[in-house]
Amino acid sequence: MNITKQEVEKVARLARLELSDAEMERVTRQLDSILGYVAKLDELDTGSVVPTTHTQQLVNAFRDDEIKPSLPREKALANAPRDNGESFVVPRIIS
Amino acid sequence: MELHALTLLQARKLLEQGDITALQLTEALLERIDAVEDRVKAYLHLDRDGALARAAEADSERREGRAGALCGLPLSIKDVLCTEGLPTTCGSRMLENFIPPYDATVIRRLKEEGAVLLGKVAMDEFAMGSTSENCAFKVPENPWKPGYVAGGSSGGSAASVAAGECLASLGSDTGGSIRQPASLCSVVGMKPTYGRVSRFGLVAFASSLDQVGPLARDVADCALLMNVISGYDPRDSTSVNRPVPDYTASLKDGLGGIRIGVPVEYFGAGLDPEVEKTVRAGIDMLREAGAEIVEVSLPHTQYCVAVYYLIAPAEASSNLARFDGVRYGYRNMEADSLIDMYCRSRSEGFGDEVKRRILIGTYALSAGYYDAYYKKASQVRTLIMEDYQKVFSSCDLVVSPVTPTPAWKIGYKSDDPLAHYLSDILTISANLAGVPGISVPAGFSSDGLPIGIQMQAAHFNEEVLLRAAWNLEQRAGVREKKPQL
Repeated sequence: MNITKQEVEKVARLARLELSDAEMERVTRQLDSILGYVAKLDELDTGSVVPTTHTQQLVNAFRDDEIKPSLPREKALANAPRDNGESFVVPRIIS
Repeated sequence: MELHALTLLQARKLLEQGDITALQLTEALLERIDAVEDRVKAYLHLDRDGALARAAEADSERREGRAGALCGLPLSIKDVLCTEGLPTTCGSRMLENFIPPYDATVIRRLKEEGAVLLGKVAMDEFAMGSTSENCAFKVPENPWKPGYVAGGSSGGSAASVAAGECLASLGSDTGGSIRQPASLCSVVGMKPTYGRVSRFGLVAFASSLDQVGPLARDVADCALLMNVISGYDPRDSTSVNRPVPDYTASLKDGLGGIRIGVPVEYFGAGLDPEVEKTVRAGIDMLREAGAEIVEVSLPHTQYCVAVYYLIAPAEASSNLARFDGVRYGYRNMEADSLIDMYCRSRSEGFGDEVKRRILIGTYALSAGYYDAYYKKASQVRTLIMEDYQKVFSSCDLVVSPVTPTPAWKIGYKSDDPLAHYLSDILTISANLAGVPGISVPAGFSSDGLPIGIQMQAAHFNEEVLLRAAWNLEQRAGVREKKPQL
């Protein structure tokens, strides 16, 4: 077993996901199968191999530091589940 | 004349000659959609009024001599690309009501050239899947055999092109999501070099792998769309600033002097005999077109799926962290604390496959497992890139199957995510290495299901890729065949 139910619970907490008991059972089994498969990478000695995070050699992707128009507030808020006309409204966390 | 069955170039010629108007063409496409959509199930959002209005504008532009390269040509768009004022759901409940306030750069470029956007088409949720069965709203079906998958994640794009519900489409390809459905639906699909086409406005799945590309009826249309969407974009920090050639200019040149490698690893166990036979016949056609065929090796091919299913979920877990119910997207309204709102919104908004990949990615990036999983996968990715560099030092192209089998029945493999993942085994490496790839229709199985051929090239060598694809297309003789709907 590569991954336990307790580890899946911990990862789900980190990922801000809630899983039912049935989902937890199923996902643990599936993740175990997937992690068992990816373990084949251990066959390779990569001690001296540099990791690749990007396939192109891009050195500096900065744009010129110029002031440009922002998204208008009403457009920025247009898709908000709740707003007060100025900001996004979310449940309070400090009582 | 069946207007819905035209290629982009055929339709453009008729428009230029004044034989048809953009309005007539768009109306014909909308009629076709009305006639077949109940069987194809490609469109998540059809913008009937917007398309007709845009077509009327295109007719005006043409009359005034302002016609762009795509003036009046109706296209569908994968629902992962932001379209100002049109829903962009990514096939997810999470974004069911999201209407972007801006256009993706590729959409802006299509519009600047006069394209008519018919609507947004179905896809696997957040582009995660190989069949489009993970779409939260509808599952597109294969126009060649309803009840069979169209492929994924750009299944709606491929199905809409094959079914005559648009003249061409844009999709996105993270592990084969343009090439694989193109192969399963007998259309041409191209994944450009990473950095060639802007990703601005493409909702991110795995940022180091995602690339936007065209799906079209033939290679010439594919080249035309590449001309429009390619090029540097200062809004995308991964966009590469180098000149864009005219991809249509040298399509019809022969393949004399072109050296094509056939990787031995792509013809191993699990490859359907009919697929192998069709691909081998295609290789013979490329030889007849003047190419030299040699056997090559990409020895780390067997590790590609494992590398992909660590890197892609790791990047996805980070990219999808933004879907927390705060600024846009689905929010659970009953939660009584912020953290509870995050958890309930994400758990109710995301589907099973997305949750599965977020969990894999979070696990692979978490303390104690990072070196064993994410770093290891990134190192093997280097080895895969080195394989390609070696092959492309002596060859111009690599040719192979696109998928191990033709399309399969909807629902088959649905309980086994690993079985789904393995269906991408022949396309993933191009994304890991960032090289361009194309799928060209090459034949049909005895069941009448399409089979494609994949070609890959070195970075930014799309011209040669398209030329080889065009030559193969002429010889394969399947371009005129249409699905019976």
